[in-house]
Amino acid sequence: MNLKNRTIWGYRRENGRVGVRNHVAILPLDDISNAACEAVAAHIQGTIALPHAYGRLQFGADLDLHFRTMIGTGANPNVAACVVIGIEPGWTEKVVAGIAATGKPVAGFWIEGNGDIATVAAASRKAKEFVHWASEQVRVECPLTDVWVAAKCGESDTTTGLASCPTVGNMYDKLVPLGLYGCFGETSELTGAEHLAAARAATPEIREKFMKTWTAYQRDVIEAHKTSDLSDSQPTKGNIAGGLTTIEEKALGNLEKIGKKVKYIDVLEPAEHPARGAGLYFMDTSSAAAECCTLQAAAGYVVHIFPTGQGNVIGNPIMPVIKVTGNPRTVRLMSEHIDVDVSGIVRRELTIDQAGDLLIDTIVRTANGRYTSAEALGHREFVMTKLYRSA
Amino acid sequence: MANIPHLLIHDRRDNVGVVVVEGLTAGTDMLCVVTEDNSELRSRCNQDVPIGHKVALKDLAVGDTVIKYGEDIGRVVAPIRKGDHVHTHNLKTKRW
Repeated sequence: MNLKNRTIWGYRRENGRVGVRNHVAILPLDDISNAACEAVAAHIQGTIALPHAYGRLQFGADLDLHFRTMIGTGANPNVAACVVIGIEPGWTEKVVAGIAATGKPVAGFWIEGNGDIATVAAASRKAKEFVHWASEQVRVECPLTDVWVAAKCGESDTTTGLASCPTVGNMYDKLVPLGLYGCFGETSELTGAEHLAAARAATPEIREKFMKTWTAYQRDVIEAHKTSDLSDSQPTKGNIAGGLTTIEEKALGNLEKIGKKVKYIDVLEPAEHPARGAGLYFMDTSSAAAECCTLQAAAGYVVHIFPTGQGNVIGNPIMPVIKVTGNPRTVRLMSEHIDVDVSGIVRRELTIDQAGDLLIDTIVRTANGRYTSAEALGHREFVMTKLYRSA
Repeated sequence: MANIPHLLIHDRRDNVGVVVVEGLTAGTDMLCVVTEDNSELRSRCNQDVPIGHKVALKDLAVGDTVIKYGEDIGRVVAPIRKGDHVHTHNLKTKRW
């Protein structure tokens, strides 16, 4: 079928965005509200708690990022409705208001002055109401390009650059010109290929913004904190076992994810909502899988493509993560984690173009409701990015 | 399966290729394919090399640049002969 006319069955949300899952999220504002959220999720079937480690005494840009991630997660179109629980009403209501701007059902509860038990009881009643409502939502036919698709690779090896990342790149080359929103990140992991990444910016202004972001990460994160040449961290032990030797080699493989033609139209802050219309975006993120996926989901992406070489098992609680590998050994040893096997590329039995089509088919099936391997295996990694220590 | 390559090379300018079969043993006369243009060449590997690891396509001296994807991926820190396994023992980043 002509890609332009390709459709999926998704949930058209109040703000017009398309979701491919229908979660009722129980979102803790802060670490100390995790227990109450998990209690609600254990009680009310069809809900999912999103416990995380932070939310107290943060300030400045780090606090802004916390709110952006919380609000963005609740606002994601894969979330039908959301219960927010925090320790106190001030910040809880701020997150509730941010999510409510999408038009979706959302309610906030706080523990101070109520205790966990009364809070869980009240939040459970509301969550049950949301589940009844959400479970009556029906999928409608939507253009494939209404599905926002992010990408990040992990436990990469040399096959990632030969097969799985070029497969993702081929998908973006085909779908972004038709109106898809795409996203790649991993600022530090472009080191060695930053000149090539910079050259793919759509305008000189975006190029400058990219180089500024990349340089700041080098200066403020890597150079400020490194105690060695990072050879124990970047590449990772898994990367090295898989044959990757240097960050330059890793970066060049990583960048294959953005294809041959597409240019990115903006550089986003972590968890920032893309605001320049359809196209590919670069987001300033860590290269750690769970952090990057959490930020991309908070920016509004509803499907994630994750090329892996050695077999990263990452998932996300609200965004299906599709694993792609071109490593025949990983297919043999870890098949339960792999959604798209493109190892035929290294045997020259499958072209990159065919692999890209296979990936697009898998995106359609996943968007229609098919569980990814990570979903079936219960991978729900939800990891907030923290910029610096709390006050 | 005689036409399944042992080694893939991204770019004609590269001086290393990637082993893409499991259990490659020393002395194998490898079928090498350049993915850029599907051209083929033969080369012998000097050691057992695991899948995903690199093999040198030419002799390299300390200080030389290793090229993959047609790009600089680091500097040689121990002499490398054509057919040798190239990894952390003889190649190092120029960054960080």
